[in-house]
Amino acid sequence: MASKFTVSNRTGWLMAGPAILLIAGFVILPFFLAIGLSFTNQRLVSPNPTEFVGLSNYRQLLGVATVTLEPLRDDAGAVVMKDGEPEYPSIRSLTRNNPDRPDLAGMREWFSFSLGGEAKTFVLARDVVFMKAVVNTFIFVIVVAPVQAGLALGLALLINQRLRGINVFRAIYFMPVVVSIVVVSLLWRLIYDGQSGLLNNLLDAISFGLIPPVNWLGDPSTALGAIIAMSIWQAVGFQMVIWLSGLQTISPTLYEAAAIEGASKWQVFRYVTWPGLRNTAVLILIVITMQAFGLFAQIDVMTNGGPLDSTQTIVFQAVERGYGKQDISGGSAISVILFVIVLSISLIQRFLTREKS
Amino acid sequence: MAMISADNRGLRLATRYAVLVLIALIFVFPLVFMVMSSLKPSQQLLEDSANLRAFLPVGDISFDNYTDAFRRAPVATFVFNSVLVTGVTVLLSLLICSAAGFAFVFVDWKGRNLLLAVLLATLILPFETIAIPMLLMVAHLPWIGMEGLTWGWLNSYRVQIIPFIADGLTVFLFVQYFKDLPGELIEAARVEGASWGQIYRRIVMPLSGPILATAAILKFLVMYNQYLWPLMVTQEEGYRPVMVGLQYFFQLNVAWGEVMAYLSLITVPVLAFYLYLQKAFIASIASTGVKG
Repeated sequence: MASKFTVSNRTGWLMAGPAILLIAGFVILPFFLAIGLSFTNQRLVSPNPTEFVGLSNYRQLLGVATVTLEPLRDDAGAVVMKDGEPEYPSIRSLTRNNPDRPDLAGMREWFSFSLGGEAKTFVLARDVVFMKAVVNTFIFVIVVAPVQAGLALGLALLINQRLRGINVFRAIYFMPVVVSIVVVSLLWRLIYDGQSGLLNNLLDAISFGLIPPVNWLGDPSTALGAIIAMSIWQAVGFQMVIWLSGLQTISPTLYEAAAIEGASKWQVFRYVTWPGLRNTAVLILIVITMQAFGLFAQIDVMTNGGPLDSTQTIVFQAVERGYGKQDISGGSAISVILFVIVLSISLIQRFLTREKS
Repeated sequence: MAMISADNRGLRLATRYAVLVLIALIFVFPLVFMVMSSLKPSQQLLEDSANLRAFLPVGDISFDNYTDAFRRAPVATFVFNSVLVTGVTVLLSLLICSAAGFAFVFVDWKGRNLLLAVLLATLILPFETIAIPMLLMVAHLPWIGMEGLTWGWLNSYRVQIIPFIADGLTVFLFVQYFKDLPGELIEAARVEGASWGQIYRRIVMPLSGPILATAAILKFLVMYNQYLWPLMVTQEEGYRPVMVGLQYFFQLNVAWGEVMAYLSLITVPVLAFYLYLQKAFIASIASTGVKG
């Protein structure tokens, strides 16, 4: 830290002022606006005055309820079957104009399960699409964070060898990072194409025609996975470079000592390399998590949230509402929910990875 | 220790390179595919995807897709907009963030510790969480220009530039760098009666080449590749940058040859720039990893 020089309030404010003003105006203010607006019914353009609506935006987004229903029975008391499955009373009869259950009004079925027996539990949500978006975003983060961090570490270890021309490979592995994710998404849309896509042709060739073509982005069971794989491909070089700079801070004398002790490759990694990468690991995990929660461009370019909402994400929903439907308050509420999620997760990560003394 | 024969060593070396090359192929094949496809008619492009011809400049090769792309969309306008917005933002960002970093490290003033802490706290705010309220905000901001006082910043250059000039990370990178500069140098200059402005211009800036390059590269990547924000704030094509201009090619039936030409046009210069300044690019990403 630099020592104390002459006190100069005027110079300090003059030089730091512009940056402080800009950050206050375009980062901090919008953040507080998001919180404030999420309690109103603000729209981008509206003839009506804005009103305070309390928690209603959050209730609309996060409202969930469960109902357990017995299957329908005929007059003889036997379960009514339909297409080989027991038939249950319709959810609509509960959520539409049902005076007994005003709390369920307007909800839709999200999913259902049964814990043995005939009764079936239905989970209803006020905003099923948003719930799917939250689940998809979590799946994305939970897969991408460890896989991308792990692959990046593998690449960094590979690149950290002393070989002629190794810098060429480092440059190539990093290349997709400088390409816009929009461009990358478009390219991969063609690679993933259901009929003449490169990927299908490749799989067909290496399996001698055993693997049938898959419509990667058009099938709800593969679309999110395809986007995950592409996202990792694009960004893994970023973390590779950060791991690499972590690796290079480890003192060579430690490796020499390990070699003298006759340590195996795994032992060297476990007892020399990994402890030296601790702080890097924490940082990488937090950064990937934060970036992964922002998943938007890939969705917008490749799938628009489909098929069957299987690639809806939190940010895509925020934009669809705040910008697409000009519902600023709904979009703001989603932004606040996203912030709370990101903050809690990075606090949990920090707590779990804290130095144990 | 076992004796390792020369053959054995050669084999191991060959395997290592084979692994490296195989991985390299995974990273470059979409980009090679993009550039090669941009030279082919749309029909051939799709047929070639069935085999290795996809990666080779074979068949009916021409630059027709490029001229067609310019005919279909105002490509020159998009490129101009991107270059203008990115260039101006990078320059202003270097000026304003380096000045702030200077003030935080070398000048002693009331409130600097608190403000630095607040600035660092903004690093945990992902842009995605403030984009929507900021959209409402910029739709109502005043501006004094040639037409006098106007309200609303939508469809302009300023809405794409001003919000991104200063950010916590850039200021923080300058602070980190300045802390490692020899403080005695600045102290001596102060004693000799140099003004703060002179110290900033004549002493600190000339020593700041590496950090200026880092900050410029990071800002460049963010700005040039931006998508979400310009998508929301520019409805008029006259102000749209290259990434948003891409939508132009998906309005009617998609001509993939033209799409690939446009993608190559907006990507290859950046890749060339990257390969030319490869070390600086990688160093700048690595430097974002020193925080914590």
